[in-house]
Amino acid sequence: MAQTGTNPESLALSVKNLQVGYGSYVLMRDVTFSVRKGDIFFIMGGSGCGKSTLLHVLMGLKPPQAGQVFFGGVNFWGGTPAMRRQEMRHAGVLFQSGALWSSMTLAENIALPLQQYTDLDDDEIRELASLKLSLVGLAGFEDYYPSEISGGMSKRAGLARALALDPEILFLDEPSAGLDPVSSNLLDELIQELRDSLNATFIIVSHELASIFNIGTNSIFLDVNTRTVTAEGNPTTLRDDPHTQKDAKLFLTRGGRHKGSDNFKTSADGMVEGTL
Amino acid sequence: MWRPAVYIQQKLAFGTYCFYTIHMKTSPQVTASATDGTWLVRVGGEWSIEDPWPDSAGDAIEGVKASGINSLRLVSGQLGQWDSSLLVFLVQLVQQARDCKLPVSFDLPEGLARLVRMAFAVPPRAGAQRHSAPQSFLEHIGGETLSLGPRICDFLNFLGDVAFGLGRMFIGRSRMRFKDLVTAMYECGVLSLPIISLTSMLFGLILAFVGAVQLTQFGAQIYVAGLVGIGMLRVMGAVMVGVVMSGRVGAAYAALIGTMQVNEEVDALTTLGISPVDFLVVPRVLALTLMVPALTVYADLMGIVGGYLVAVLMLDINSLEYIHATTQMVSYRQILIGLVYGTVFGIVIAIAGCYQGMRCGRSAMAVGQTTTKAVVCSIVGIIIMTAIITVICNVLGV
Repeated sequence: MAQTGTNPESLALSVKNLQVGYGSYVLMRDVTFSVRKGDIFFIMGGSGCGKSTLLHVLMGLKPPQAGQVFFGGVNFWGGTPAMRRQEMRHAGVLFQSGALWSSMTLAENIALPLQQYTDLDDDEIRELASLKLSLVGLAGFEDYYPSEISGGMSKRAGLARALALDPEILFLDEPSAGLDPVSSNLLDELIQELRDSLNATFIIVSHELASIFNIGTNSIFLDVNTRTVTAEGNPTTLRDDPHTQKDAKLFLTRGGRHKGSDNFKTSADGMVEGTL
Repeated sequence: MWRPAVYIQQKLAFGTYCFYTIHMKTSPQVTASATDGTWLVRVGGEWSIEDPWPDSAGDAIEGVKASGINSLRLVSGQLGQWDSSLLVFLVQLVQQARDCKLPVSFDLPEGLARLVRMAFAVPPRAGAQRHSAPQSFLEHIGGETLSLGPRICDFLNFLGDVAFGLGRMFIGRSRMRFKDLVTAMYECGVLSLPIISLTSMLFGLILAFVGAVQLTQFGAQIYVAGLVGIGMLRVMGAVMVGVVMSGRVGAAYAALIGTMQVNEEVDALTTLGISPVDFLVVPRVLALTLMVPALTVYADLMGIVGGYLVAVLMLDINSLEYIHATTQMVSYRQILIGLVYGTVFGIVIAIAGCYQGMRCGRSAMAVGQTTTKAVVCSIVGIIIMTAIITVICNVLGV
């Protein structure tokens, strides 16, 4: 693995021999990787391979079946729930659906983490909430309820909430799914901007190849057949490296299984001669 | 991009067109023969999912397995319009050949060839197929019994969480927002007043009527005041409020928290380090524990008003006489016992609703089931608690 010799001080997160699944069903085994501080780290893989479940284990929502997760040097699942809550204070999460609290306005959604963890007064909190909303292009929507805005907007509002406490590490579950290309590109720029200005680390589950090549500094590929990590490294390098594992390569080059003129010969009368 | 759905649609539209213009429809045909070890299958005619396969189709599929066959070849001749029916036949043939590890070659119309290939493009995922045998009755009972222990543990865990949450709130270290408590109290208390008024007054009325039928035979109509007063204050007021609140508030809590689970809103709280029990459950438990006794007192009053109406309007009892009789026959102790019932019911309804909501699955169906379970659990809980408290009161002689 590429990062095994790295100084633990510079690691935001590392995962050792992690096994995740439901009940006795194993989704992924022997997952080992590390994320350096300031990385934009992509977790890639086909549908249903366990990316989101892996993310849930990293965010403290679901215990792993085996293995360890380290935040900095702290064994995340080895401690008490109170200790995990303490660690999560430095993390921000954007859920697949946005997961905004539907009974609160956007401003209240962003204000809640601030009320919980800071001693700021209401006006300052309101100011901060407006600032975070304008960062994601939602200035003026402070008093809207989540049900009154579109899916793409709730995703951006979810990101604003994830940013509320200036987290050191951000988990994003399919951030650009459901966004138009322009918003998706803006989101990529925003992620890079935040990484550069706050030195935040991003761990992103995504299928969006454009984003992956555009901003990804490091990545792993989870293979649905072998149920483990089959490729690790910079996404562009992985794509161009001839030694990259077959399925990871297929993913990074948009498949191509149905393309090409392999064993199909079309004759003039519209008939196809071929083999299976 | 070539899209099979659109292609089939076009084919079907074209088929309809042909049907109306030519008015000639041939039945599907399959001929199969073996030549030099090759199983040659020729398909023709018009294929529609509404028509049965030709009789020779089954033999054509079985023939692939015959000894001496070392390859399969598919060709078409005079093939008219076709749809998924033909596709299913060809896919079964190719699957049979694959099972026997035979090479397959074909000479088919382009659309058909591509669809057949697409059917085999992505191999079935290993272990994805489910093989569930029907469970026998004894297995079902055994499974349920074995799961009972963990379920009880889980419920006790939840109760413990709520108890700690309440403790944290009392020492001021809770994440609970005061605003949430006030909102919850308003929603379950003030907004329930109209329905509580209606049900309790009618219940007082019913009690008075039923009692009057017997009591008038002895000329003891005035005892209706005692019957309604003691009945409502001691237990029935609290039970009425409990049943109404199970449906009105318990179900709403379960559906609300359950939907929050589906939308990952509860996860969002957890990842922020906010305990969902402190934030969602504690204010609701507290609100119901405070409001159900208050509503019970209100329901008692409305019940007595119901009894009063019957007594004054139907039984010709003097208004002041009825009020005087009520104060004479009903002691303050009855109100206190009613309040004990009410407080316990409030806790039962809130715990049942919130527990079911917190353990809700992640689908719309699960939210529905959760709501039903919450109502059933709280009503059963109310009846069980009524029995327990009544026995305790009896033993204590109060």
